[in-house]
Amino acid sequence: MSGERYDGRIVVVGASLAGLRAAETLRDEGFAGSLTLVGEEPHLPYDRPPLSKQVLLGRVSAQDVGLPSRRDVDARWKLGVRARGIDPVAKQVLLDDGERLPFDRLLIATGTRARAWPDPAEAALDGVLTLRTRDDADRLAERLDAGPRRVLVIGAGFTGSEIASACRERGLEVTVAERGPAPLVGALGGTLGAFAARLQRAHGVDLRCGVTVTALNGGNGRLTGAEFSDGSRIEADVAVVALGAVRNTEWLAGSGLAAGPRGVACDAGCRAFDMYGIVTDDVFVAGDVARFPHPLFEYQMLSLEHWGNAVAQAEVAAHNMVSPGPRRRPHLTVPAFWSSQFGLNIKSVGVPTFSDQVVIAQGSLREGRLIAVYGYRGRVTAAVSVNRAKWLEHYQHLIETAAPFPPGPGAADLLDTGPPVSSDVPDPQHLSHGPTVALTGHLPDRRLTLVRQGD
Amino acid sequence: MQIVVDLNRCQGYAQCAFLAPQVFELHGEEALMFTPAVPDDQRERVHRAAAACPVQAIVVGERAGPGVR
Repeated sequence: MSGERYDGRIVVVGASLAGLRAAETLRDEGFAGSLTLVGEEPHLPYDRPPLSKQVLLGRVSAQDVGLPSRRDVDARWKLGVRARGIDPVAKQVLLDDGERLPFDRLLIATGTRARAWPDPAEAALDGVLTLRTRDDADRLAERLDAGPRRVLVIGAGFTGSEIASACRERGLEVTVAERGPAPLVGALGGTLGAFAARLQRAHGVDLRCGVTVTALNGGNGRLTGAEFSDGSRIEADVAVVALGAVRNTEWLAGSGLAAGPRGVACDAGCRAFDMYGIVTDDVFVAGDVARFPHPLFEYQMLSLEHWGNAVAQAEVAAHNMVSPGPRRRPHLTVPAFWSSQFGLNIKSVGVPTFSDQVVIAQGSLREGRLIAVYGYRGRVTAAVSVNRAKWLEHYQHLIETAAPFPPGPGAADLLDTGPPVSSDVPDPQHLSHGPTVALTGHLPDRRLTLVRQGD
Repeated sequence: MQIVVDLNRCQGYAQCAFLAPQVFELHGEEALMFTPAVPDDQRERVHRAAAACPVQAIVVGERAGPGVR
């Protein structure tokens, strides 16, 4: 085998979970050349899931969520520096500090950032926060420690719901404003959305669905409250904007790559496409910023904001960066994620938004222990467990084998669970703030109108 | 010592919560909460918990983050 792929210069832009796992895998696979990681945040790679859970509950300090070092990666780390572009001809990454990093192969793992509140003056009010980074979590935990009279959470996706859960667990009053009909509806559809709404209200959340926040009010530069589209208003000292994530692709404008608001398009082997749909062989993509075809979901281009996807895709990308053609692997992992909120453990496999029907296959909504199985055109495409994680593996197998939907009986406690109903997931053609999985097939980026808002 | 748990793998067997209760705790019936930065006096217990995990979901590193140079 040619040794050249094990030498040369690899640059990884993005120093979070995907960047770290890619760097470790490159060295595991024998890459002996120079390795440079670029990270916008000044911190070494850290784990984000605890930020909305242990950290907000005050059990873990935001400084302590670093990812463990599994091996020495012998890399140069450029932290606290933003990449501003790529020169595709000279094969260089341009950094904000003026440095140009030449590369033979490049991995793009720039992830996402929190969507900012659209009104810059309101967003600048003291007490208006987002939650994405370690520093965000540190600030929010400090605010919660101070005992605000009421916290407003704008957006009831997973992050917003977990924040609300942490507030209630700390005994804080919390209002959640969701423009959709229920929490989590963008990710899990109508049945579990309605379940989540009942759950939040049972835990004392002032949940307001079908409304938007029309104004954040301030006095002397501090947040004092908010107004809603139904004409109501509340007083609040803290507002957390949890309106989903924005993919960090703006820096690739002019790079010639197929990069847009839905991510950087790549093939099943994590190789980036250029703007003409021609696959590159030296630019790879992994993690939240990647948009890739998945054969289990009709080769729809998926963008996944999942911890497990960042790990699996980074490992495939790294392997392919040092492997010649026939030895390359596809990224075929079944999407999976988890959330814990209001005392419940919610886990998902497959793509719930890739569905037209849903059925409660085991357990029940009433007892709060269940498996919801999602189907699309008569085959199983996803399953979500609530406090029944051990049951999920069976359904993952059904997804992987494209088993018929609704699934046949077989579970010991299959009772009167009712017929399948419409899964009531949002139309994937619309960019939504809640799903964490975006189905982006058949939608060339050039047809989208990108509205840039102030960060 | 620094740890991370792959919570996609975790199925709530709770072996870790018995072996190192100061580091691993079930929040509700099966949601695992862990302390990423392991106190020195818990190292041995965490090694045992990682070995005992039926789904091998616990990743242990001697320190946070890779070496920086």
